[in-house]
Amino acid sequence: MKFTLSWLKDHLDTTASLEEITTALVRLGLEVEGVENPADKLAPFVIAHVLEAEKHPNADKLRVCKVDIGKGEPVQVVCGAPNARAGMKAVFGPPGAYVPGLDVTLKLSAIRGVESGGMMCSGRELELSEESDGILDLSADAPVGTPYAEWLGIDDPVIEIAITPNRQDCLGVAGVARDLAAAGLGTLKTPAVEAVAGAFENPVPIRVEDADGCPVFLGRLVRGVKNGPSPEWLSRRLNAIGLRPISALVDITQYIMIDRGRPLHVYDLAKLTGGLTARSAKPGEELLALNGKTYTLEEGMVVIADDAKAHGLGGIMGGEESGCTEATTDVVIECAAFDPVRIGVTGRKLGLTSDARARFERGIDPAFIEPGMELATRMVLDLCGGEASTVTKAGEVPAFDKTVVYQPSRTGSLGGVPVDEAEQEAVLTRLGFTVEGKGAEGWTIRVPSWRKDVDASADIVEEVLRLVGYDKIPSTPLPRAEGVARPTATPMQLRQRRARRAAASRGFQEAVTWSFIAPAEAEPFGGGAFTLDNPISADLAVMRTSLLPGLIAAAGRNKARGATSIRLFEVGKRYLKEGEKPTLALVATGEKQGRHWGAKAAGFDVYDAKAEALAVLEAAGAPVDRLQVTVDAPSWFHPGRSGTLRLDPRNPIAHFGELHPKVAKALDIKGTVVAVEIYLDAIPQPKAVKRARPKYAPSDLMSVSRDFAFVVKAEVEAGKLVQAVRGAEKQAITNVEVFDVFAGQGMEEGHKSVALAVTLQPGATSFTDADLEAISAKIVAAAGKVGAVLRA
Amino acid sequence: MTDITALEAELTAAISAAATLQDIEDVRVKALGKSGSITALLKTLGKLSPEERQEKGPQFNGLRERVTNLLADRKAEMEEAALNARLAAERSDVTLMPVTAPRGSIHPISQVMDELTEIFADLGFAVAEGPEIETDWHNFTALNIPPEHPARAMHDTFYFPEDEKGERLVLRTHTSPVQVRTMVDVAEQLKGGKLKAEGDQDIIRIIAPGRVYRSDSDATHTPMFHQVEGLVIGKGIHMGHLKWTLETFVKAFFEVDDVTMRFRPSYFPFTEPSAEVDVQCQWGNGELKVGQGTDWLEILGCGMVNDRVLEYCGLDPREWQGFAFGCGIDRLAMLKYGMTDLRAFFDADLRWLKHYGFSFLDVPTLSGGVGA
Repeated sequence: MKFTLSWLKDHLDTTASLEEITTALVRLGLEVEGVENPADKLAPFVIAHVLEAEKHPNADKLRVCKVDIGKGEPVQVVCGAPNARAGMKAVFGPPGAYVPGLDVTLKLSAIRGVESGGMMCSGRELELSEESDGILDLSADAPVGTPYAEWLGIDDPVIEIAITPNRQDCLGVAGVARDLAAAGLGTLKTPAVEAVAGAFENPVPIRVEDADGCPVFLGRLVRGVKNGPSPEWLSRRLNAIGLRPISALVDITQYIMIDRGRPLHVYDLAKLTGGLTARSAKPGEELLALNGKTYTLEEGMVVIADDAKAHGLGGIMGGEESGCTEATTDVVIECAAFDPVRIGVTGRKLGLTSDARARFERGIDPAFIEPGMELATRMVLDLCGGEASTVTKAGEVPAFDKTVVYQPSRTGSLGGVPVDEAEQEAVLTRLGFTVEGKGAEGWTIRVPSWRKDVDASADIVEEVLRLVGYDKIPSTPLPRAEGVARPTATPMQLRQRRARRAAASRGFQEAVTWSFIAPAEAEPFGGGAFTLDNPISADLAVMRTSLLPGLIAAAGRNKARGATSIRLFEVGKRYLKEGEKPTLALVATGEKQGRHWGAKAAGFDVYDAKAEALAVLEAAGAPVDRLQVTVDAPSWFHPGRSGTLRLDPRNPIAHFGELHPKVAKALDIKGTVVAVEIYLDAIPQPKAVKRARPKYAPSDLMSVSRDFAFVVKAEVEAGKLVQAVRGAEKQAITNVEVFDVFAGQGMEEGHKSVALAVTLQPGATSFTDADLEAISAKIVAAAGKVGAVLRA
Repeated sequence: MTDITALEAELTAAISAAATLQDIEDVRVKALGKSGSITALLKTLGKLSPEERQEKGPQFNGLRERVTNLLADRKAEMEEAALNARLAAERSDVTLMPVTAPRGSIHPISQVMDELTEIFADLGFAVAEGPEIETDWHNFTALNIPPEHPARAMHDTFYFPEDEKGERLVLRTHTSPVQVRTMVDVAEQLKGGKLKAEGDQDIIRIIAPGRVYRSDSDATHTPMFHQVEGLVIGKGIHMGHLKWTLETFVKAFFEVDDVTMRFRPSYFPFTEPSAEVDVQCQWGNGELKVGQGTDWLEILGCGMVNDRVLEYCGLDPREWQGFAFGCGIDRLAMLKYGMTDLRAFFDADLRWLKHYGFSFLDVPTLSGGVGA
């Protein structure tokens, strides 16, 4: 919402400075988005009298002018404008002046050898008009030496404020003035509206068929008008706030909308067939709107139609065909009310916004429907002449009868700042509220017709606080919560934090990627359970069921930027039918170890993925020692180079491995990609957190290590052998490590040798040779169960 | 006597001439071994008369001691020389870079979330979470945004297709539905007697950080971003408490002692009275200084929870009241750490992540200052 300072002063008698006014607006909740004085940029430009204009000695198209700028000696100016001539009044910019339309700062210069002490400007150069045919040619009475902006009367700051959806009343200058006056910045002086008596019976039938969508429709004919350009003051005001003046009749509707927040419409009677009716649109009915676009309408949209067709979308936009032009002599004025909800729905469906819609959607002041018609009529008569008919009213002005019960103590108990009751009443009265009664329940307050947003006592608290000032609210410490400090984050939140920091500690960069991905990216991962109806683009449509597609795409982008070693991870949700699942995923590709004097260059493999999975799982609190590895990772992993970590057969906790080459191809990434996905919510929560650790009881006896080399079939997994050996003597065997795996020369075809280091921990007494013999025999026997034979 | 002198001279010369540890050992055996020359001399002592023994004893033993010392000294000398020679040969070029572990990083959004959690933990706020795929009721209706409310136009909502009942889920447009879920939950606990309201104790004190979605995309808007909301419900919670809480938070977050904040009346359907909050700031050289200067920077919206919202959630507004606030986490991160482009947050460019990311060791703590 934009208006000028002088416009505001039509409604507000004030001595307050511009700064005081803008400060007050902000305090009132009318956020000032900008203040600009168009005169500021014209400040250096003055009115000049061209005394002489001789041809330039070295250029045919230039003139050398002697210009009186009202300051002693005339100034010499070289000018290229065809209309520069002796005797004219022009606008002069001295050296140092910034010419906005040219984006240059003037300086003393010589043009083709002749000195030039400034510039005479065109309207375009000063950004005042599109005119560029010549320099501004002012009327003969323009006072020499006077600042041009002052003479032009544009020394009028334009204020732009943001209006929250609840404040329809401030979508008119009068409403803004009312708030400022209530805040003590002056006296409200909005002129009263006088009714215009009808000179004849309105011959134009006015009807309402859809009373729900259009409760009241006032219509009136003014005949014998002469439409043309608006007077200077009116077009200047509209121009100042960025509205384009069209013709007096149209400009009057624009003016009253800004001045009073009251949208109106005018029809050229000559273009209508019969009367005007507010009705619901017929399905498929078409309307050519004022913006030049044709809209196909639906039932439920309110149109204003004559007997032949629709001429406007009620409360949103008029039609092109019945618009007023300079040829209009008989004009029908419409002043109506429309249902805010229906306006909103229609506007959204058609994607059509307008200043009128913004006002009707928020709800207009029902008490200003009839005065609005009178004000419009008065202006039409004043500016265009003619003769007004009586007003035809179809429907009823919606009743507004609202009271709120309010306890004055609530400014203190809810707002935090007790306000004297007398002051509260004074403030409310200034805002147009009436305290009608004071009872045990509280005050009964009548709400003014322009504040339909106020409907509860908390709203009244806000009104009082707005005027008292939010800065008066004293900062009050929250009482400290009683009791012992406990974690404020949930165990799952803490687990996510640990997992995240563990992944970063292992050299991975944390990324945040979109929750929605392209269907083609989701497809290799089993598609999605949720797809958006209205994605912002087709690539961001499916809610991910895995974090990997986003990370792999990110890895691809980094590769394209030249990154050689990529380690990325993300902590976020997967969106499954059964719920949103907190997950950590890692992706690595490129060089694990680049060329280095002290190490062999290497890429990532499945064991790197497994190592990361175990490290993060351990940090996240998973019982890593008890995890089983199975070779059944999901289909997007390489079938031979991937695995699943789980505590029991039903619940996978993590998958790790090399990405399936087909999936890598589908996601357009080259080279080996290894990945891990950890289902953080699948890790069991430790039952009770015991702070004290178990008793520390180290054994006095040293452990013993024994090596075994077994030959097994190549397809037997080392994990099976280790598990078998571990189980051979549970008391004594505390650890089993694989320290060598070997196949090839010297080994029978299809077999491999697996070398194990077994750690044995004696109990109460040291092992005897016989003990060790017996344990070794058990180990060999256990290994035999998985087909392993002690290597000769 | 001469014999002894000659023997000593001979042994001393041999020790000096020894070139290797073996030479030394040979001399030792020759002199002090079982059949060594000095051993032989010492053996003769037993056959001597007491007088002779008294004279010869010290001579022979003195000789043994001197030779033993000479041998030890010479041995130490040679070992020292050998060590020096070895050290001279053992040289590593320590200017070479060893293999180093790769350095990872924490995303600024995670870091700021951890900072917020820490700051509000100190004020007694727990962290609450809720689903991102929400019902229309939790995201709008319960927040006093009925289906045709103009405020819905402010949210460019992502919708999912309608189900059989004609209901459609949305991607939450703010984290406020977490407030709704928390209030509904607490209201049920109060009704079921699981939660007892004692004295003036608050029944809710939470922050809710998380991902939110709006169909918007330009330099300052992304279709996905992050918000944190706060909610306190109690018996006597008023706007003064709200003001203090936000002041305390802003000071702690930006790590400045004195911040001038401006509370402006505003409008949100879910709060009444409502306010927008600006902080005093200064822009200079592309850097923002909070707490000083002549500019105002809008950082959050807040207000007292609307009575209707309390009612929707099952809390009696005659008994309970409280405040709520919300702000953008990404924006907080940008203001504090100086990023300029929101879109880069979600691009996963390794260069950006390394530049703006945080060490895993930078865990925000109150004792260490919450800023990393």
